[in-house]
Amino acid sequence: MKKVLSLVLALALCFSLVACGGTGDNGTDEKFLVGAIYINGQNDTAGYTYAHHTGITKAMEQLGMDKSQLKIVDNVAEDDAAVTQAIDTLASQGCKLIIGISFGYINAMNDAAAKPQYKDIIFSHATGYLANDTNFNNYFGRIYQARYLAGIAAGMKSLALGNNNIGYVAAYGTEYAETCSGINGFALGVQSVNPNAKVYVSKINNWADEAKERQIAENLIDNYGCGVIAQHCDSAQPQIAAQEKNVFGCGYNSDMTAQASKAHLTAPIWNWDVYYKLAIETAMKTPKEFMTKVGVYYGGLKEGFVDVSPLTDNCVEGTKEVVAAVKDMMVKGEWDVFTNVKLSIDAEGKITKTEGAMLDNKGNEIISADGNTYYVYKDGAISAVEGGKDAQDGVIKGSMNYYVAGVEEING
Amino acid sequence: MSAIAVLTTFLFTVIKYNMALLYGTVGEIVTEKSGSLNLGVEGTMAIGGIGGLLVGCAFDNIFVGILASFICASLCGLLFAFLTVTLHANQNVTGLTITTFGLGLYFFIGNGFKASGKWPDMLSTEGFKRGTESLKIPLLNKIPVIGQALFSHSILIYLGIIISVLVWWYFKYTKPGLRIRAIGENPASADAVGVNITLYKYIHLMLGSGIMGIGGLLMAVNLSGSFEGSKCWINGYGWISIALVIFANWNTVAAIVGTLVFGLFNTLQVYGGSLSNAFPKLLGWLSKIPPQFMQALPFIITAIVLVVSSITNKKNNKPAAVGLNYYREDR
Repeated sequence: MKKVLSLVLALALCFSLVACGGTGDNGTDEKFLVGAIYINGQNDTAGYTYAHHTGITKAMEQLGMDKSQLKIVDNVAEDDAAVTQAIDTLASQGCKLIIGISFGYINAMNDAAAKPQYKDIIFSHATGYLANDTNFNNYFGRIYQARYLAGIAAGMKSLALGNNNIGYVAAYGTEYAETCSGINGFALGVQSVNPNAKVYVSKINNWADEAKERQIAENLIDNYGCGVIAQHCDSAQPQIAAQEKNVFGCGYNSDMTAQASKAHLTAPIWNWDVYYKLAIETAMKTPKEFMTKVGVYYGGLKEGFVDVSPLTDNCVEGTKEVVAAVKDMMVKGEWDVFTNVKLSIDAEGKITKTEGAMLDNKGNEIISADGNTYYVYKDGAISAVEGGKDAQDGVIKGSMNYYVAGVEEING
Repeated sequence: MSAIAVLTTFLFTVIKYNMALLYGTVGEIVTEKSGSLNLGVEGTMAIGGIGGLLVGCAFDNIFVGILASFICASLCGLLFAFLTVTLHANQNVTGLTITTFGLGLYFFIGNGFKASGKWPDMLSTEGFKRGTESLKIPLLNKIPVIGQALFSHSILIYLGIIISVLVWWYFKYTKPGLRIRAIGENPASADAVGVNITLYKYIHLMLGSGIMGIGGLLMAVNLSGSFEGSKCWINGYGWISIALVIFANWNTVAAIVGTLVFGLFNTLQVYGGSLSNAFPKLLGWLSKIPPQFMQALPFIITAIVLVVSSITNKKNNKPAAVGLNYYREDR
């Protein structure tokens, strides 16, 4: 019996090896291969990895590429050894562009890009801040612009409800510029239509915890009387909680109307395929010019990289027009959120611009009245950022650590 | 914002979102009383949760859902029993395998249903959703604060309390309960008086796993049955349950207290700021505690309990033969 079993196992092993060899032989070496390193599984049906995977496959489809041209290593933890191993695997398969989607891949990707044997491979890292001049970039987007638009929808709803309290379920607060600029962008959008609105921020202190996300939303609704719930977290739980308690909400990352059709207004969303199309096309056709053509990428509404999901019927009448008008201003580059110019939108949808300093919720100036100086907190004291007007993107991406006036953080 | 309302919703949340731990803990106590250490609570709860939700929504009945979660999870227990009791596999490794297997199956089933568009929308079911709504206990729910916090929960919450009291009674006052405790303490002597060790172990391993499974269903229901693909509903509660067994000193009624204590600290992460706003004099200090410490607190408490119980309570109720496979031939 044992002999038979071992024979069968040995045969199975032989066949499995043959199968491996087979796919290798079939691969055509002429084709351009894209490598991707994912933090979760490639077969996910929702969430962060899903969004990136969909973006990459959509971009490749648009470029007329075959599915087999994408090589994936998934479930890679934010651990230098694991990421390096994934990079080696993808490089040995012949990938010429390697995409890493999680922030913690930063050091391993930076090191790999500097290795002489990988000098012909382009490394592209989402959400990071490191880059080099030849083959390593990072990419992220002006999601705060989309959040401003969602804020307008939320603000108009709050006026209609006659309830100035708006809740915001946040993964983190001022600890990360990403979450902080999102909260501020949203709050400024709310205030453009409802200057009396108050945005209550309650933190999860975790990037993903469905149960806590829901509990926080319930607390904001029950105890702070919030009539609209916005969020910066992965799951749709805040929206579902809003629906169950008969209030409204703005999701994030994907159109959450599917999960909470009676509550959802609109969600700031990412169109990752916009970047991936540009990156893959450039890496494929003109790899030498990747850093000049793509470089450190920070796309916004203008590029179509971020947007808001279609406004639902839960929105107040007239929201669509106002959102479209403000979006148009940002697309054309006439105006942006974190400047010394504030938008005020009246009940008829008329947009007025007023110049003036932007204040944080402690009353300190964070953008000077002439718009030429940006401030952030350093060691507890407010201090000017070098670079004047040009510091804007750097502050939004990396150092913003205050809430604008009208925002109140509950815990911590 | 009213201070009383904050306190009420806080206590309500403690119970609603942490009671799943009680199922996990009671299930694990039943398992350990029979002399087995099942580290597969996380995976078993995941299977029970997804099985119960899918079947419950399909039949549109909460009781069918509870039964299904019990059966699905007890099949995990059956697998564990077959591997460890019949095949004498190492219990620790088998338990870990059940966790990996259970989570894998959870994502496999969930993603499959989601991708084919067949995932049920729990909120649009009628009977099932009605079954998950709060059941106000007459008179008692009129008491201020406590009435809302304790006596207006869904059936799954009350069921957890009922099961833990029943299990306590079963172990303490019934004949089979006495026998299973004997097996957990010294299987050879139980065998000598004629107890069918294999049968008893199979039944209780399946029973324990089944109870865990209902906890999984409770977690699913708490999240409105929304499957999001990358994270499991159970989210580590299975592991905390295993620690709570020691916290509760293998007593299912004490497990209720353990669950509430853990839940209290767990929920402070969400309500700390609100409580300190509501009671600035009494609880104002809560908002000054760093959130990282709040997050670590439940685990620090568990660690302290483990240390204290191992120092002071030399005669704890841990079944002597837990984790050891029984070889009849070695008697």
